Amino acid sequence: MKQVLEGSHAVAEAVRLARTQVISAYPITPQTHIVERLSEYCADSTLAAKFLRVESEHSALAALIGAASCGVRTFTATSSQGLALMHELLHWASGARLPIVMANVNRAMAPGWNIWADQTDSLAQRDTGWLQLYCEHSQEVFDTTIQAFRLAEWLNLPVMVILDAFFLSHTYEPVDVPRQNSVDRFLPSYQPRFKLDIEYPCAFNQLAPPNIYMEMRHNIQAAMDEALIFFDQVEDEFEDIIGRRYGPVEAVQCEDAEIILITSGTVTSTSRQVLTELRDKGEKAGLLKIKLFRPFPTKAIREHTASAKKIAVIDRNFSFGASGIFAQEIRAALCNHPGHPPVFGYVAGLGGRDVTTAVVEEIYWLTKGNDMPQPESIWVGLHEVDHAIGQS
Amino acid sequence: MVEIRFHGRGGQGTVVATILLAKAFFRDGYYVQSFPLFGVERRGAPVEAYLRLDSKEILIRSNVYTPDHVVVLDRTLLESIDVTLGLKTGGWILVNGPEPPAYLKSWSGYKVAIVDATHIALNNGLGTRTHPIVNTPMLGGLARVLGMPSMEAIAKAIQREVPSKPKANIKAAEMAYEEVRVLEAVKDSTSSSARA
Repeated sequence: MKQVLEGSHAVAEAVRLARTQVISAYPITPQTHIVERLSEYCADSTLAAKFLRVESEHSALAALIGAASCGVRTFTATSSQGLALMHELLHWASGARLPIVMANVNRAMAPGWNIWADQTDSLAQRDTGWLQLYCEHSQEVFDTTIQAFRLAEWLNLPVMVILDAFFLSHTYEPVDVPRQNSVDRFLPSYQPRFKLDIEYPCAFNQLAPPNIYMEMRHNIQAAMDEALIFFDQVEDEFEDIIGRRYGPVEAVQCEDAEIILITSGTVTSTSRQVLTELRDKGEKAGLLKIKLFRPFPTKAIREHTASAKKIAVIDRNFSFGASGIFAQEIRAALCNHPGHPPVFGYVAGLGGRDVTTAVVEEIYWLTKGNDMPQPESIWVGLHEVDHAIGQS
Repeated sequence: MVEIRFHGRGGQGTVVATILLAKAFFRDGYYVQSFPLFGVERRGAPVEAYLRLDSKEILIRSNVYTPDHVVVLDRTLLESIDVTLGLKTGGWILVNGPEPPAYLKSWSGYKVAIVDATHIALNNGLGTRTHPIVNTPMLGGLARVLGMPSMEAIAKAIQREVPSKPKANIKAAEMAYEEVRVLEAVKDSTSSSARA
């Protein structure tokens, strides 16, 4: 049934309907509404899960690593500094092949202290072996959270569902919440391939010397490769039962587009509006939304951009000393692909600065007006500042 | 698309007002999107919250800069905030208060209405004498001047979403619907509703 839900509560409803068994989290803005609602569900038995209160995000993920090792369905949520504090255990969760699902509400890293939308927190964890799925609206947040458990449990890899601070986490909009029996059909109870069991004692995660460590890493990559295929299968099944699908990427009017905007998160939605307006003016613009960031959908991106003249990537994140992170990944995906279009990299919306239709339009016209991209990122909407450390 | 901006103070139910209104418009068949000003909220400090409604899917996910209408839950805010910032010409300004605000003259080009939501809230036992909760009567007043959403939808939203004194809140909204006063001549309030 469709109801008006806050984005955070869309996550909580999905975790409830997934019949999650153990939840552990430490509150941090703007993620708090997710675990607040889940703690209420655990307290009033709406959800038969164990809610573990802990003293930090590091402990929250450690607790779930313990729980998931015992073969139960697990969930946590965090943001920004909280995710950074989990860093050590993010590697542990994937290395131990535990299907933990996490919602990360994208929030800027401090200092300066900032609670607003910025993807650098999750993108800084791109090498930790977690699948990363970036969402555009609350319906996608809900659907992706349900799907995340299927992906995680099939692949034995942890999955991060990612939503923008405030623009999703604190925004109310209509969301279709399916019935429990539909979700149960799509997501049966978790059947672990291995677990800690006192009837069959064994030890996990022992010393892995050079003769086996590389193979263990390669196995994780094999699972990532499989994820690209399995993602479509999960979406097929989800569409059969629930009636919606998104794709690892979504190409909007890319077939005849000369300039393709590449976006992720809520900027995609605003860009759809801009795309309609540009097309009305006769501009040959297209839009490519990237949902699946890990594993990176290189093949799909190559296909959808093959006939474009230029690509403009909008990054709400930044890697210091390099460029926007989506732009880096897209350049890497295209560089050995003959005849690929030049990639223009734009940085916008850091720390919650609004990415309006005017900002997206400016990016389009900047791209159209230049033959080749400059090597460094273009920072859109940057104010003049009087003093900067390190500049004389 | 219609965009409505709410001005209030932390603790008055400003954010809840936009959520209730979103649910009421959704019940009446609109696409809706509501969100607070993304900030750090404190009791008594100025708060803003927004509502978008449209007959088609809402794609824009940025802040509201040029609202069609504004609702002011606390008229002491008029001394420190220009509530007309970005407000489209011809839009409604609905203010909580017993008499016309002193700023009326500077609001030419807008339609102005007042409703004594504080009085109505106190009469219905909403909040305390020092901190009346005025959000539901303001919704009743807004529904009257905009000609939407239906009072039935507002009552349903309150019934489902307000845990404390839902009946008194519905009554307060209905009283405000009856008592709201339009200060500048407007022929027909329903004409503005066609823009959704």
